[in-house]
Amino acid sequence: MIPEIGHYALVLALLLAIVQSVMPLVGAARGNVAWMEVGRPAAYGQLLMVTVAFGALMWAYIVSDFSVLNVAENSHSLKPMLYKISGTWGNHEGSLILWVLMLALFGAAVAWFGGNLPPTLKARVLAVQGMIGVGFLLFTLGTSNPFIRLDPAPLDGQDLNPLLQDPGLAFHPPFLYLGYVGFSLTFSFAAAALIEGRVDPAWGRWVRPWTLVAWASLTLGIALGSWWAYYELGWGGWWFWDPVENASLMPWLAGTALLHSAIVVEKRDALKTWTILLAILTFALSLMGTFLVRSGVLTSVHAFAVDPQRGIAILFLLVLATGGSLILYAMRAPSLKTGGLFAPVSREGALVLNNLLLSTATATVLIGTLYPLVLDAMGGSKISVGPPFFNATFVPLMIPLVAAMAVGPLLAGKRADLAGALGRLWAAIALTAVVVLWALWAHGADSVLALVGIAMAAWAFFGAIVEMAERIRLFRVPLADSIARARGLPHGAWGTTIAHAGLGVAIAGMVGTSAWVSEDIRVMRVGDTATVAGYEFRLDKVEELRVDNYITEQGTFTVLRDGAVIATLYPEQRWYPVARMETTEAAIHTTFVSDLYAVLGDRTEDGTGHTVRLYHHPLVPWIWFGSVVMVIGGLVSLSDRRFRIGVPQGRGQSGKAPSAGGIAPQPAE
Amino acid sequence: MRRWHALLTLVLLLLASPTLAVMPDEKLADPALEARAREISKELRCLVCQNQSIDDSDAGLARDLRVLVRERLVAGDSNDQVLRFVHDRYGDFVLLRPPVRPETWGLWFGPAVVLLIAGAGAAVYLRGRRKDAHAVAVSADLTPEEEARIAALLAKERGEKRS
Repeated sequence: MIPEIGHYALVLALLLAIVQSVMPLVGAARGNVAWMEVGRPAAYGQLLMVTVAFGALMWAYIVSDFSVLNVAENSHSLKPMLYKISGTWGNHEGSLILWVLMLALFGAAVAWFGGNLPPTLKARVLAVQGMIGVGFLLFTLGTSNPFIRLDPAPLDGQDLNPLLQDPGLAFHPPFLYLGYVGFSLTFSFAAAALIEGRVDPAWGRWVRPWTLVAWASLTLGIALGSWWAYYELGWGGWWFWDPVENASLMPWLAGTALLHSAIVVEKRDALKTWTILLAILTFALSLMGTFLVRSGVLTSVHAFAVDPQRGIAILFLLVLATGGSLILYAMRAPSLKTGGLFAPVSREGALVLNNLLLSTATATVLIGTLYPLVLDAMGGSKISVGPPFFNATFVPLMIPLVAAMAVGPLLAGKRADLAGALGRLWAAIALTAVVVLWALWAHGADSVLALVGIAMAAWAFFGAIVEMAERIRLFRVPLADSIARARGLPHGAWGTTIAHAGLGVAIAGMVGTSAWVSEDIRVMRVGDTATVAGYEFRLDKVEELRVDNYITEQGTFTVLRDGAVIATLYPEQRWYPVARMETTEAAIHTTFVSDLYAVLGDRTEDGTGHTVRLYHHPLVPWIWFGSVVMVIGGLVSLSDRRFRIGVPQGRGQSGKAPSAGGIAPQPAE
Repeated sequence: MRRWHALLTLVLLLLASPTLAVMPDEKLADPALEARAREISKELRCLVCQNQSIDDSDAGLARDLRVLVRERLVAGDSNDQVLRFVHDRYGDFVLLRPPVRPETWGLWFGPAVVLLIAGAGAAVYLRGRRKDAHAVAVSADLTPEEEARIAALLAKERGEKRS
């Protein structure tokens, strides 16, 4: 009964989405306030209905209702509760419902928080959001209905791969989706602004918090995924330039560009047509990721929803959304008035450079991901585009980006003094030099790229710190004054500093583990010792244990440094008899500046020893620590009070009342 | 979910042959030679895997290729010679860094072309922003209702701040 309620709720949600996409739009065109107002209750209703549908599916998973095909295919009565719940979105149909739920959530959020939006813009945003909802609900109901019943119901489900029953994976998809789908809202704002025929600084301000939400979620989602890869796949790799990873990186890069270009719209009333285009493209890239993964064009070994019919349906949605909005763009963008002026060397100029490099980086990932598919489809040869390609093309684009990142925030708006800004960064330059000298001393000059990378990391980090110190005039005015200044700064400024510093930390982690990893692969017998990067790994014992639903061979390593015990590691090799699967569980000890990573392999043929892989990954935890810091930066920015009131004010003068004339061109500074 | 399933594939591949990538018995005694072998391995794709280099993969074919690479190195080949040898035998698909030739110009030069075009666009845009310095900056015109609305919102915000 409950699955039928879910199914019915999904149909109701579709009907509400249709109402939401038509009535407010017509109302806005005709100036009919009552029709415009329909968008709000429709958005709430859609959210309610989709929540009911999602809840119904989750209920079917929780009680293991195997008369539902989707549950029978993806769950098992003995599965732990956490994974029964996460199993709801652990498959194509369920994950689509999650997609639609997020979509409805963002629609309802605009309806709820959008009190300060002009009524027509709000109506149009809700209408466009409703249209996307219609597309995805139709897709779900038409090709991927999770509520299909089985008769007779099987006694038990087919279960999920035990390896995938992992807390990291349980929460990775929801954040990733929150990011992808969050960009649907910036898309809706862009389309609504085009229909409206007007983009002004206020639009930039309204769209920025939503971009921040989407960006922070996507950052966290990607970080969780790479963390899982790191600890689960057994050799410490965290990024593989896999097409599926690229599918999430592209919207992230474009979204990062969007986050920055919207600042120029907000502060200088410029870069408007570009920002609109970027908003459209960011969501198009999110949709393309969905298409690539679910259509089966990427790879034949994909177990996930390889169904041409679904692929064509998503392609149709992608073409409709992107094509429709680009036609609208071509019609309306030329008529958007150009606003404020600024010199090339200015904060705005730096943001243009940021956008130039980030969009080129996005294009590079796009080309690298699609080129083999296109070449193959056109009858060309089959080629592989792997990490060496991206290291040669993507990484060089990141170097000027990071170099400029530390300088940009120190430049004044409109017209700035580059030499002066660099002069104020002297401390960052000095500290970066110290870090590079340390790297040379500790690791030598074998890898020049690693030195460049670590320099970039230090530059980004110290640049952000120095920028903040400059803003609060640290050590130049009495400390109490500095603290007062720090408290008075807008949260947006703090967010920038935190996020930029976080990126520096993350880059250090990436460089450290890529360039300076030490490994040892060898056969060890109990009592043997192996030394990796100055750490002694002693294999104390290997024992067979029976735990819950698996048998495990567990090794005990004692790690010593200069004779002192640092850690005890328990890597395992597990055998799941029911699923007939073998898994390796790496053991990791983190010291915050590096990870000790041990993997127990097979017993040797003579039965006396085991193959083991021992690693020392320098700085690797910083990748995820830095990512979390970036997310925090995004959230701090989000808490900026300027976002709660949709009117721009003079640049960064927090604490003072905004000037009422702020929407007009910025007064001279 | 997207990533998740790529990883699922990786995991399934790992499960296909439950051994770890490079095995101790494959390693060369000479550390310099072994280091070169690892470097080359990162350039070669495991042909039966989704998107893994032979350095990361546990598949039997990847092992065969790793052994082959080491054999060639021991025989005295340079890194390029080894790569050419494997390329000749297995075709373009085995190279994770595609060869540069007319067919792949779009791939290799595409990003640079994008950068040039976008850079030119940005330069023209920035010039325009500066050249018009004397022109009157036009911006959004507000209707009286909107002005009133903003005033009301501002008043509300101030009130909130005070309380």
